[in-house]
Amino acid sequence: MIPFKSLLTFSNLVPLLAIIIVLGGIKRSGRQPLWAEAYRRLGRNRAAIFSLAVIGIYCCIAVLDSITWKSNTLAQPESVITHLFHAMHVKSERTYSAPFAKMTTGEPHPHPLKGWHVLGTDGSGNDVLLQTLRGCRTSIIIGGFTSLLITPVAVLLGMLAGYFGHRVDDIIQYLYTTLGSVPGILLNIAFLLVLGPGLVNLCFALGITSWVDLCRLVRGETLKHRDREYVRAARALGVRDLRILVNHILPNILPVVIITVTLNFSSLVLSETILSYLGIGVPAGTGSWGNMIDAARLELARDPIIWWNLTAASTALFILVLALNVFSDALRDAVDPRLRSS
Amino acid sequence: MNPPLLQVNGLKTYFNTPAGLSKAVDGVSFSLQPGETMAIVGESGSGKSITALSIMQLVPEPAGYIESGTISFDGQDLLDLTWEQMRSIRGRQISMIFQEPMTSLNPVFTIGYQIREAMLTHDKFKGESATSRARSLLERVGMPSPNKVLRQYPHELSGGMRQRVMIAIALANEPRLLLADEPTTALDVTIQAQILTLLRDLQRDTGMSMLLITHDLGIVSQVADKVAVMYAGQIVEQSPTNTLLSNPLHPYTQGLIASLPSRSRRGQELYTLEGVVPPPTRWPAGCRFHDRCSKRLQICDSQMPLATKYDDTRSVSCHLYPAQEMAGNQERLK
Amino acid sequence: MIGYLIRRLLYSIPILVGVCFLTFVLFYMTASPGEIARRNLSAKNPTAQQIKDWEHQHGYDKPKWKQFLDTTEGLFLLRLGRSDSVKGERVMTRIKESWFPSFEIAVLSFGAAITINLSLALVVAYFRGTYLDIYGTSLCVFMMSVTYLVYIIGGQFVFGRLLKLTPVAGFLPGWESLRFAFLPVVVAVISGMGASVRQFRTFMLDEMNQDYVRTARAKGVSEPQVLFKHVLKNAAIPVLTTSVQAIPGLFLGSILLESFFNIPGLGNYLVDAINSQDFAVVRAMVFIGALVTIVGYILTDISYALVDKRVRLE
Ligand SMILES: Nc1ncnc2c1ncn2[C@@H]1O[C@H](COP(=O)(O)OP(=O)(O)OP(=O)(O)O)[C@@H](O)[C@H]1O
Ligand SMILES: [Mg+2]
Repeated sequence: MIPFKSLLTFSNLVPLLAIIIVLGGIKRSGRQPLWAEAYRRLGRNRAAIFSLAVIGIYCCIAVLDSITWKSNTLAQPESVITHLFHAMHVKSERTYSAPFAKMTTGEPHPHPLKGWHVLGTDGSGNDVLLQTLRGCRTSIIIGGFTSLLITPVAVLLGMLAGYFGHRVDDIIQYLYTTLGSVPGILLNIAFLLVLGPGLVNLCFALGITSWVDLCRLVRGETLKHRDREYVRAARALGVRDLRILVNHILPNILPVVIITVTLNFSSLVLSETILSYLGIGVPAGTGSWGNMIDAARLELARDPIIWWNLTAASTALFILVLALNVFSDALRDAVDPRLRSS
Repeated sequence: MNPPLLQVNGLKTYFNTPAGLSKAVDGVSFSLQPGETMAIVGESGSGKSITALSIMQLVPEPAGYIESGTISFDGQDLLDLTWEQMRSIRGRQISMIFQEPMTSLNPVFTIGYQIREAMLTHDKFKGESATSRARSLLERVGMPSPNKVLRQYPHELSGGMRQRVMIAIALANEPRLLLADEPTTALDVTIQAQILTLLRDLQRDTGMSMLLITHDLGIVSQVADKVAVMYAGQIVEQSPTNTLLSNPLHPYTQGLIASLPSRSRRGQELYTLEGVVPPPTRWPAGCRFHDRCSKRLQICDSQMPLATKYDDTRSVSCHLYPAQEMAGNQERLK
Repeated sequence: MIGYLIRRLLYSIPILVGVCFLTFVLFYMTASPGEIARRNLSAKNPTAQQIKDWEHQHGYDKPKWKQFLDTTEGLFLLRLGRSDSVKGERVMTRIKESWFPSFEIAVLSFGAAITINLSLALVVAYFRGTYLDIYGTSLCVFMMSVTYLVYIIGGQFVFGRLLKLTPVAGFLPGWESLRFAFLPVVVAVISGMGASVRQFRTFMLDEMNQDYVRTARAKGVSEPQVLFKHVLKNAAIPVLTTSVQAIPGLFLGSILLESFFNIPGLGNYLVDAINSQDFAVVRAMVFIGALVTIVGYILTDISYALVDKRVRLE
């Protein structure tokens, strides 16, 4: 039934590649004592395991929503999730309807519904559950892809600034202080106007503002390590700067970097809603909790109140962000017990 | 003999650590007469500081707790007191000087404030009299220009000066017992000598008792009336200072003394104790010293020796001095 | 101290120039003066001459580097110029009109937030290790995980529509303004509460593990005194630093709050200017925002040095 040939597209390979890289990285790092110990501690933390499972489910949905193919019943290539809903005969309705309702809401003469909607339907009659599930992909991409963009840049610049000092440090510090002096939201808006709308562009725009803190942190950490005995010794032995940076300093600052990036992940996910409110979020047609929540502003003023849209999107967002927060806290405690918050 | 000022019996202080239960202090008993100075010596990690903190009931929470034992001070068991009653004893009846002079003062208050606070808390000296007493205390501990120091902050003082401030705080309310935890380790040798002389003089003047914690036997001979040697959370030998130095009983004490450089053994190679103190989560079975002991017996790795009175003034816990020979003098450690 | 201040101010000049440059470049990448002229000229189909005139009037006909130099110089002298819009009003006039609502909300939410968060943090720190502490910190994580937008929508719905306690949006001058400011302030405080309380609690627990706390206890100082005097004064250093750092964010970070609650403040002015591509206004507002941020950083350093006697401003 599924045409396998049409599955083999570039955009379908990307999510699989991402999963392989992440899992491979975790597996490899497990060989190092620091991380092995951290994973052991994480494994004993029940809240961490539970939130990791939740994040895993969100990621699975996101991946399922990223694999698309054409079929004869649907005009455009659609994702696994959409195909699934289609197969289960969840149809579009005329307009709003409450969860499990039999009739539409908000019309002078309610119409009977064509199907059965667990979370109701939205203004244009789309199933809210489907919309909510489709928001996962957007959020994961915004968090993950932005982190992927900024981490190498911030780490590289931060290490250069911290290690070489003088001119290099001045220039890099100047760069991020200047960027940091402009209110972040403004920069986001401006870059989105320059780049044009789109999910990937949104990630770039968010990246512009969020690399600054990480870079500052990496610079500080590098400064700390630069004056440690082992670095001095390596330098005295004539080891090249590049080697010192990559072989000695990078492994030492990596834990802090990874902790910061995971902590930052949730705030990236949250910022999507804010940009949606400003009208520069993800374009229509892409699933977005931000757009759903934003729409609720008007819906709450209606009579009867349309609450399911808001509830579904904000609950989905809340659970993801909560899981991310709990997990990154646990990760921080596991990697560096000295940073423990209690 | 007078009733003792401090009598510690079977004190056990444990820590819950990720590596398991850590028996940092495991059955310590000793007593201290008014006006007497006792030294506790022992290697790093043998539980000296934790013993002193237990007396103050300032064992780091929530990991650490006093498992059992009694600490009677002036005839009253401190472990029976409420937190509030204990608070009125701390700093007034019993004071403590900590091992870490660099970090033990609050960085955001002036020295003057921190000394005065010790007095104001207990209402013993008030207002102007507290200030003038703070000044005279600083003079007493040999601080140059005390008037200026009163207005300074801790970071403006050197380690030695901070330790003097700590001593001034400890002495502010003329306590009856001073617990001095390695008051000189952080200092260089000349200042060490000054501080020790100072403590001895102060003690002579005020008649307080002192528990001096150190791992330096040289200091002990200058200051202490008697010595307790601690190893792995237990006291292995107690004895008057002179007797201990000239005629140590326990093989561990003998090792410690043999490893001191001395005039009579000039030219010979210095003796060193092999091995290290085991971690407090895994004390060895039997005598805790047995795997480092040069005079080990068969029984040593299976049975823990009991503290036994060797003569009127000395006691030791070692199988080399079996209890049967001194029948009736046996004192069981709980 | 004075020398330090002068050096910091001198150092902020290149940063401000950088900010101006960034704004300038971004502007020319998003819009061209011609388009703006067309939009702002009242005539339906302006002639080429009219557009030329408009560009000349607003200085867009000069070479780009000259434009940059002129406008930057103007900004540094705080001559903020006129808006590009039809009315062409002075930016300074609009700022004078709309600073108050922003200021009122910023001051109220800053004051309320720091008082409430600090008190709550003290309570959980005092009861550390008990169920109150555990539930309290969990609640903080929960609150951190709710998006700002839901707080705003929820606040408007509960206070404005259900309870009818406060107006849903809008603003009036004078004492009336407090009624309108209430909801935005509540939203600002609640939305930041989780993160702040947790952070402040960490600061205090860090201090509680310091040796000087043991010294205070050994002196016989009572537990409340240890917490409220010794620990609090030390924890005040990081608390102060993080709070002062948040001040510039209060002014322009309330962009969302203002446009959501329809408050005629600076944030709203800025958003309007962006939407209508009024470059003159955006330029001026971004410059002021950056200025406030830099002053905020300097204030942070100074307050740091005032509380922590160990810090010397070099
Ligand atoms: N906060 C704590 N948590 C867990 N274990 C602790 C703690 N404090 C001390 N210990 C354990 O108690 C044991 C005794 O420590 P203590 O500080 O009494 O040693 P000490 O004899 O004073 O050594 P030193 O000469 O180095 O001061 C140590 O082995 C240590 O592992
Ligand atoms: Mg010690």
